[in-house]
Amino acid sequence: MSFLDPASVAGKVPPIDLTTDLLIIGAGPAGMSAALTAAGRGVRVTLVDENPIPLKTMGEDVPLHFGGRMAPTLANQNAVLVRVVEANPQLLQAMDAGVDVRLGTAVWGLFPQHPTAAWLGGPVAGLADIESVYLMRFKQVIVATGRQDMGLAFAGWQRPGVMGVSAAYRLASTYNALDAKVAVLVGSDTEALQAANALAETGVRIEAIIEQSAQITGSPRLLASLTSRGTRVFTGHVIQEARGDHTGVTSTRIVEIDATGRHLSERTQTLTCDTLLLGIGAVPTIELVEAGGCAISFQAERGGHVPRIDASQRTSLPCVYVAGDCAGIWPSKTLSETIATQEGRIAANAALSALGVPSQKEAPVTPDTPTRDLSADRLAWVRASVISSSADPLVCQCEEVTASEVLSLKAPRYLGWTSKTSCRHQHELPPNPDAVKRLTRAGMGPCQGRRCREQIAALIALDSKLTLADIPPATYRPPVRPLTLEQMARLPESAALAPHWDSWFGMPTQWIPFWRVQPDYTAATRNSNEPAGGE
Amino acid sequence: MNIAQQSAAVIVIGAGVTGLSAAWWLARDGVDVLVIDAGPIGWAASGRNGGGCSHHHSPLFKEEQRLWPLMDELLGYPTEFQPNRIRIALTESQMRLFRRALDNAAQQGFRTDILDPQQVRDLVPLAGENVYGGYFHHFGGHANPHRTVQAYAWALQDHGGRIMQHTIVEGFNTQGNRVAGVITNRGLFSGDHVVIAAGPATSTLAAQLGITVPLMTARAEMIVTEPLPLMPTGGVDGNGLYGRQTLRGNLAYGGGPHEWVLTPNTSPVRPHSTVLQASIARRLSELLPKAAHARVIRSWAGFIENTPDGRPVIDRPAGFENLTVATLSSVGFGLSPAAGRAIRDLVVTGACTFADLSIFKLDRFAALEADWQLRQGWLPAALGA
Repeated sequence: MSFLDPASVAGKVPPIDLTTDLLIIGAGPAGMSAALTAAGRGVRVTLVDENPIPLKTMGEDVPLHFGGRMAPTLANQNAVLVRVVEANPQLLQAMDAGVDVRLGTAVWGLFPQHPTAAWLGGPVAGLADIESVYLMRFKQVIVATGRQDMGLAFAGWQRPGVMGVSAAYRLASTYNALDAKVAVLVGSDTEALQAANALAETGVRIEAIIEQSAQITGSPRLLASLTSRGTRVFTGHVIQEARGDHTGVTSTRIVEIDATGRHLSERTQTLTCDTLLLGIGAVPTIELVEAGGCAISFQAERGGHVPRIDASQRTSLPCVYVAGDCAGIWPSKTLSETIATQEGRIAANAALSALGVPSQKEAPVTPDTPTRDLSADRLAWVRASVISSSADPLVCQCEEVTASEVLSLKAPRYLGWTSKTSCRHQHELPPNPDAVKRLTRAGMGPCQGRRCREQIAALIALDSKLTLADIPPATYRPPVRPLTLEQMARLPESAALAPHWDSWFGMPTQWIPFWRVQPDYTAATRNSNEPAGGE
Repeated sequence: MNIAQQSAAVIVIGAGVTGLSAAWWLARDGVDVLVIDAGPIGWAASGRNGGGCSHHHSPLFKEEQRLWPLMDELLGYPTEFQPNRIRIALTESQMRLFRRALDNAAQQGFRTDILDPQQVRDLVPLAGENVYGGYFHHFGGHANPHRTVQAYAWALQDHGGRIMQHTIVEGFNTQGNRVAGVITNRGLFSGDHVVIAAGPATSTLAAQLGITVPLMTARAEMIVTEPLPLMPTGGVDGNGLYGRQTLRGNLAYGGGPHEWVLTPNTSPVRPHSTVLQASIARRLSELLPKAAHARVIRSWAGFIENTPDGRPVIDRPAGFENLTVATLSSVGFGLSPAAGRAIRDLVVTGACTFADLSIFKLDRFAALEADWQLRQGWLPAALGA
């Protein structure tokens, strides 16, 4: 074995006791289907699901935009765990079949091997539950992390009670703990209508549907089901303001818009409600796979940016598969779980095959042909709700950045910088959301961009007269769940890591003051008794 | 694109801090300068580093110290520069190691106060009972890398300079001892002088001109927490970490061992962070125990190149009369105002006018062994090392 730079990571892999063959992330229909397909086939299968999510985490709008509408019953952790298991009877089936099921466990990072990040010697996942942070080695992983809701700014959207429609559905279905009585749905695609119908079944009154387009964009059958319960429909409208008091939203003022998205300020109405459900776009939850390095592309028929996959749900990284909503969202998949379960089965069979277990093949899943222009719809929402708003609402709530500040690349407020802040030279296209993020700080707050990422992409697209397909997604970074320093600090590390920690690159010659430098350099003469610490 | 756009008095290859600063210094002198880069500006280590500006070992130190307090005004855009630096030692050996900064700076006329543990805690509210001692440097400081990179880019464009991103250099045309043209995926560019300041790619590019710039690339990692209340001095580090509290309040810190890597020569590759972030978090929670409750909200990694001795190359290599090559060898951000000015001097007058840069010359490697990477153990993990 060659001599290895002692200041490098080589040979300092942390102790990782846990190992599995197939890791499945997410116990929704796709993940459950994958787990049950792979169970009993002679490989170790681990299924992790972050539900029950700690109440504190939910309060930070992680992983979904819960909008503070969690019922007080969620404070009882044991009762919540029982509820989560009861809501998903297949979990017990999987446990009985020998699957290592870990609930209340979030995956904060996927670390597959890359040519330039190879020191761990194999793929590793970073996991965390309420007690600990730990690592697990795996051979294959199926990511089935579902969907989240596109955020949309308007005056007052930071109030409790403004929440994602999927978040509301999660609270109602998995937890039976949605604290909402009268809701207004913003958006009308099939995903939004489906969730609203499910909420109506649980007793939430869906007071109205607000749609910027001239017509409802989703399933007529689902619309009829809502209107038959008394839901009013306002097409060609957006939210002008969410009004409220210390409890959150108490009413909303809606405004009619013209064909260009401008507000007809005399055409407003006030609706009484305690909740505004953001349903303008169901977004595949790709954070883990994007941060892990899977190739992502914009695929309108799959609901936006999703991993590029082959017929077996395999991403650009050979050991990573996706299934369910994080592989793509389209109406027929939303309406029937059979497609997500089929994807889970296909991915599990492909992963089994990669693990050397003979497995079945079935026909690949094909998305619906889109009937709407997803980019145009989402851009129209952002134009009418955010750009047309005279209130210039905060798009990024964490860092307090408005749409006009995003578009003018204004230095953040804390700098108090006034001169020439709007000076902006034309760079080449496409504009990069990560560059916008770095300059304005929009998307860099504790919610990790969950509420503003898609809006910022839309703002950039509108400003550049491009489509969402032209704007690369802002990158995701581990940890994709916020972890405290002390939580992370408890992760064991190799004893070999500490001795050279202080040394930057461990090169004494790098730090010798210039007046003592020897003129010529060879590797043979590099050894020195000088300390090698950094600047 | 027409012929006029395809030429410039000076072509700078590399839109990192070094190349951008050099181009800005040239542009403000009225030189027609064009910067080209394979990716977006500042996308590699230039935009993702600790932001430190305290390089007391370098012949560029005095100029670094003179320029940083002026940079916001000179550039016309905010860099978030903040003066001074506190370095905390948690052990006696750290205290001894960090003393070198005091000695080096004192030699050059800069002041450092030695702090006892209580003085550290008084100055650094997030520090804890585990402090062994510290230093308060009345020099140096820190700036925001993203914002500084962009400030250079905007400022050089204000002076008429140009930047072309996503432009990959594929080779060079030469005529005798002149670099006559830069061949890219977007056509041929001609210039009176060419500067190669392309970070890890510098070696490959120079090799196409027959010039050996020995370099190896490593991947290093950093983390950032949610914002915390501002400490009186943001430039606090130590315990083997480099970094700062940003003016927004986030703690942004890096450090620890690096991974040697082989990067593709031309098109940018994304650097991935790994579980090393937890080890950085561990040391940050030791350095600033009262911040242990703060949540880590991002990590990132960057590729940085190093010469065999870790010192910069800023030189006009023999064999060409219109070529300048520069790499700051993994310590480029803080030195960038001074390094850019030095490169401007080399391009315009052939020599640095304000410092002796003879230790940055390439010919110090004339006797370097062919297998120096092997001898130094700089081997990529991906090769099974």
